[in-house]
Amino acid sequence: MNRIVVVGYGPTAHRLVETLTAKGFDGTVTVIGEEPRPAYDRVALTSYLSGVTLEDLTYEMPSGIVTRLNTRVTGIDREAGLVTLADGGSEPYDVLVLATGSAPFVPPVPGAEHAFVYRTIDDLDAIRKAAKNAVEGVVVGGGLLGLEAADALRALGLKAHIVEMSPWLMPRQVDEGGGAVLKSHIEGLGLGVHAGAGVQEIVHDGEQVTGLRKPDGTVLDAQVVVFSAGIRPRDELARSSGLEVGPRGGIVVDEGMLTSDPSIYAVGECALAGGMVYGLVAPCNSMADVVADRIMGGSKTFDGADMSTKLKLLGVEVAQFGAMEGALDVTYMDPVGGVYKKLFISDDARTLLGGICVGDASPYTSLRPFVGKELPASPSDLLFSGAGANLDVPDEAQVCSCNNVCAGDIRTAIADQGVTDVPGLKACTRAGTTCGSCVPLLKQLLEKSGVEVSKALCEHFTYSRAELFDIARVRGVTTFSELIGQHGTGRGCDICKPAVASILASLHNGHVLEGERATLQDTNDKFLANIQKNGTYSVVPRIPGGEITPEKLIVIGEVARDFGLYTKITGGQRIDLFGATVDQLPEIWRRLVDAGFESGHAYGKALRTVKSCVGSTWCRYGVQDSVGMAIALELRYRGLRSPHKLKSAVSGCARECAEARSKDFGIIATEQGWNLYVGGNGGFKPRHADLLANDLSSEELIRTIDRFLMFYIRTADRLQRTAAWLESLDGGLDYLREVIMEDSLGICADLDAQMEHHIATYADEWAATLDDPDKLDRFVSFVNAPGTPDPSIVFGNERGQIKPVMAR
Amino acid sequence: MNWTSICAFDALRPESGVCALVEGVQVAIFRTYDGDLYALANLDPYSGAYVLSRGIVGTRKGEPTVASPLHKQVYSLVTGRCLDDETLSVPVYSVRTGDTGHVEVSLEQRVKAGV
Repeated sequence: MNRIVVVGYGPTAHRLVETLTAKGFDGTVTVIGEEPRPAYDRVALTSYLSGVTLEDLTYEMPSGIVTRLNTRVTGIDREAGLVTLADGGSEPYDVLVLATGSAPFVPPVPGAEHAFVYRTIDDLDAIRKAAKNAVEGVVVGGGLLGLEAADALRALGLKAHIVEMSPWLMPRQVDEGGGAVLKSHIEGLGLGVHAGAGVQEIVHDGEQVTGLRKPDGTVLDAQVVVFSAGIRPRDELARSSGLEVGPRGGIVVDEGMLTSDPSIYAVGECALAGGMVYGLVAPCNSMADVVADRIMGGSKTFDGADMSTKLKLLGVEVAQFGAMEGALDVTYMDPVGGVYKKLFISDDARTLLGGICVGDASPYTSLRPFVGKELPASPSDLLFSGAGANLDVPDEAQVCSCNNVCAGDIRTAIADQGVTDVPGLKACTRAGTTCGSCVPLLKQLLEKSGVEVSKALCEHFTYSRAELFDIARVRGVTTFSELIGQHGTGRGCDICKPAVASILASLHNGHVLEGERATLQDTNDKFLANIQKNGTYSVVPRIPGGEITPEKLIVIGEVARDFGLYTKITGGQRIDLFGATVDQLPEIWRRLVDAGFESGHAYGKALRTVKSCVGSTWCRYGVQDSVGMAIALELRYRGLRSPHKLKSAVSGCARECAEARSKDFGIIATEQGWNLYVGGNGGFKPRHADLLANDLSSEELIRTIDRFLMFYIRTADRLQRTAAWLESLDGGLDYLREVIMEDSLGICADLDAQMEHHIATYADEWAATLDDPDKLDRFVSFVNAPGTPDPSIVFGNERGQIKPVMAR
Repeated sequence: MNWTSICAFDALRPESGVCALVEGVQVAIFRTYDGDLYALANLDPYSGAYVLSRGIVGTRKGEPTVASPLHKQVYSLVTGRCLDDETLSVPVYSVRTGDTGHVEVSLEQRVKAGV
């Protein structure tokens, strides 16, 4: 059992290899894939059309695995125990796993060869290309994937139609009533829905598709036709090797996923398990886990799968769980709000059998764990939105169907392994790592387990930062004394004071050293410079977008030389001057301000820099003026105090030389405008920013960033970067879009006004400090001996510049 | 006791610190919100830098404190003990408001470091 060969390199093959590695398998694993690229996330395939890159979708293969891409397996020599390859080579195996997947079903109608399918990156590239010269598109198939494809066509700018054979859309997930509600949602978006209709012919002129003829003879005009009418298992290799296949296709496997050859397993969409072919990610993952377990000597079995689904398509939540029929059913229908919910119940009205939701999927989260169990409340209570959120989920109830994790597993992780948050549960149990639909339930289990995740800022405030922000905003609090006097205890500390200082600065934008506020600041803000290990400070003048004139560059050089400062270029495209004592800071800044420099806020939890590449002005590849945009953004948001530092960058083309995707908000130019990415982070835990919106005009871009920043400032925890904030945001990126782009909370006008206030009241805080003797008098080393240098500060020399020397 | 006059009391802002040089020794002097004065060595024993006067003044369970601006350890202004790391402490000096309304410091330690 030393050599494992996996044929096919899709998500299921990846899952198998990943699980084997995690279990410590020590033989060799060779994965042979037909596509020219490693496995990628097909569930998120559509996001590829809206700017997510192939790199983002691609799964990372564990180290030590041999992969052969672009390679077709042509046969299996079961006698010799090897597979033969199209290039004439062969690969010996002890255990063979077939993960050959499926192919989209294309009905044999005239002209079908001119239509597209929706399965691979190459398919999407072809559809995108064809859409450039098209105005209308038709998707054949109104199931889950068909709706996704229709959404993709719409996003590509086409008027989209859906043709579905069944009398209503998504017949495998919803019943007729749900289908009607779904239809009105989708038609409301401007899509054409043609249910109960087949395809007679794809009409074309020899090269170009012109339409789709329905059996009644009518023609839908379309230049792009996409088939999404189900899948067929890729079982041709198994068939030609004499393995048993089902009468309607699929490689026959037993409950251990073994084929009719005891050395060959089959997993995923090519396998026929218990007479069924499974096309969803969750059962395929379970199959891969069974095979990994069997290879490692275990005896796990695959006993069918929960086909429950919850998804959001075309902005509509659709969910189905458990059975789609029962002796009794209870329906909640709101045609005005576009909500349809139905529960199926046993004949004694005690046991929940299943449910269907359209327009509001909340019962999925709260009720799916109760399928097959006693109803936790009366059906009518359970169907009203919000109800059921506080139910106690039984231990054996499945929480995450993608990864087969039960409530009991979650509770064990919390109790025995001390997990206290959702990211911890994901790492520990894998729950919530695939489709993410169970994350709300994970949160609920955490809360109910009694894990006291205290939101209190510190011993002086029982409120979280976000709550304090709201208190200060709503009640118009302007001082720390007022806030702690009315809403806290004691006199504050190094945790709450800077946090409140930041809140007050975000809200009112006064000088950070004005009156009592000076006592709240960390030393960096108190001296408007960055403290270093020996108690000296570094100085960073703002260089917006990293663009600087020779004259200004010379001034920085002269200041550094005259004050004997160590000079270094920062990662944010500016210059850091080290080794200044507190009494030198005003003298240094006098020179810098006179030369036209402003504070760079390198010391503050505030906007730092907006980096840029050189952009279309000089670069032969650039498509937009990234430098101009970076300067505009940096000047717009300079001085904006926030829960943590904010970094940004603007790239002038997709080559991304400014590394915008490692920033809190990053902008990448497109031919049409700008793509906006948010929540990126370098640092201790790097994170690529997520695409929030694409092809924005400059005005749209700025408005969206305004709101993103202000919403973050309002709701984040203390010292929570945008990356962690976004990950902890209930509803994630979709929710963020709803709030700041669709104004679902009705706060956008407020956010806009707040940003306008910030911009209107911005003033350079170093210039203001130099003009105010009261603020300047703190810049002395010794209160009783002004002018006396601090004798503890000693410098040595390294590579021609100063370096700190510590006394010990 | 040998008292050294430092500055006018009003030169100290509430809830903040200043540093004074007293016979070559760096002394951090703090004025709390209620007008009480405290004096500690300015040397942060953890980092070896002379910075404690620039820390944030606050309270922990009612006890007046200062947090080191470098690595944020919190020290009691009353005892000089580090409340986050019991192996650390700083000397506490005597400080008072003299007859002329000036702040005065004596290097005679009220509490010796490490006691």
